[in-house]
Amino acid sequence: MNHREETYNYTVVRQFAIATVVWGVVGMAVGVLIAAQLLWPELNFGVPWLSYGRLRPLHTNAVIFAFGGSALFATSYYVVQRTCHARLFSDALAAFTFWGWQAVIVAAAVTLPLGYTQGKEYAELEWPIDLLIALVWVAYAIVFFGTIFKRKVPHIYVANWFFGAFILTVAILHIVNSAAIPATLWKSYSVYAGAQDAMVQWWYGHNAVGFFLTAGFLGMMYYFVPKQAGRPVYSYPLSVVHFWALIFTYMWAGPHHLHYTALPDWAQSLGMIFSLMLLAPSWGGMINGIMTLSGAWHKLRTDPILKFLIVSLSFYGMSTFEGPMMSIKTVNALSHYTDWTIGHVHSGALGWVGLVSMGSLYFLIPRLYGRTEMASVRAINLHFWVATIGIVLYIAAMWIAGVMQGLMWRAVGADGTLTYSFVESVKATYPFYAIRLVGGLLYLAGILIMAWNVWKTVAGARPVEARIPAPAYA
Amino acid sequence: MDIETLRSLVTVAAFAAFVGVLAWAYAPARRDRFERAARLPFEGEEP
Repeated sequence: MNHREETYNYTVVRQFAIATVVWGVVGMAVGVLIAAQLLWPELNFGVPWLSYGRLRPLHTNAVIFAFGGSALFATSYYVVQRTCHARLFSDALAAFTFWGWQAVIVAAAVTLPLGYTQGKEYAELEWPIDLLIALVWVAYAIVFFGTIFKRKVPHIYVANWFFGAFILTVAILHIVNSAAIPATLWKSYSVYAGAQDAMVQWWYGHNAVGFFLTAGFLGMMYYFVPKQAGRPVYSYPLSVVHFWALIFTYMWAGPHHLHYTALPDWAQSLGMIFSLMLLAPSWGGMINGIMTLSGAWHKLRTDPILKFLIVSLSFYGMSTFEGPMMSIKTVNALSHYTDWTIGHVHSGALGWVGLVSMGSLYFLIPRLYGRTEMASVRAINLHFWVATIGIVLYIAAMWIAGVMQGLMWRAVGADGTLTYSFVESVKATYPFYAIRLVGGLLYLAGILIMAWNVWKTVAGARPVEARIPAPAYA
Repeated sequence: MDIETLRSLVTVAAFAAFVGVLAWAYAPARRDRFERAARLPFEGEEP
């Protein structure tokens, strides 16, 4: 056996871990800019490239695919190696996934402000970039599943099941939803039409939430919560039921994005029922994660990384209660198209996805550089509080704004005419946009603290190559 | 087959699959195996 096969590939994990922090700063800064544009429209400086409509998809792509995606690559590559006791299937393909994914991100950052878009939410990128994404993703699947095939332990740990489902499903979602006929190099038309196009888009869209933003991060949860708590997951059988129930149910929830549209009624009802059922597996997983701390609750008082992980699960529980509720057609009649949806998304994105990634990286980064902890544990604690207060300000402001907008839009006088004009609801929302901006600024300040802390941890430290343990059994 | 019959069958089959997963996951026969699996993240710790 050669020397390389005796160590884990930490190089690609380090690259993605650092990229996560860099893209987190960029994506969140763009978010703060567009939040400020809603208050002060002049902040587009009259430049088309900086207009809200072009920067908003740049923000969502940057935080979901650049920040979240890099975090998923880093943690999945780390976890699959360490729980399979095997080096990544191919160093070259792993390096290709890193540089290919960075190329996708840079291409997105250039083309979206220029106005090139397919107009599909979370799938805006034009077809040449879509092809590159498909290539990178197939390479990712080969590296990940190849590592599982060469594992030295009999069992496939539950975190890898979640990462595997995320990789496989995102491949299918991306290829089906991005099917388009190119007209020119930077313009294409979807192969689907009308209501079918909308249904395919939201089948993709909600499963991007369910598999990219949930299953992948649950994989993180099932490894890093037990590691940081120093005890195995609360119930392994529950994690098995959690996995199968979650992936079975998520697949059908997409139509709740199309309530009261041209989509057939039965499809809307199906989407609503499956969204309601999702509460059970979501909460089963949340309880499994939080109860892992049972008997060690005192650690929450002193360990800021555990605070990140456990509070992220609390936000996960909140948003997976709120989501099913909002999918009920009568509730959706009030909430849809309002800022309530924005609040819901951010309680999931900032609270769950953001905090669990940051907590996992605070565990991961020192270990990739031969240290036992981050340069400043106090800075982790400060980051936690700044970020948490930011999230609460953000989502509370959007809840109030959203319900208010919904009520104003549906209010009618005795003669049946609308009580308010649209612009009156915009005016009434103005102060809440200011509160949301403050929340976003705090969250951005949090990741800047993290960037500083990562710099202090990494600068001057020596990258390490960890040895793979020898098989303990015959 | 009538579409309503097919829908009912699919619903019952899905429920049966769920009960099957429950029974499989919580079977006493798999307890030791799952306990070992749950300790996987802690195996081969470096100092």
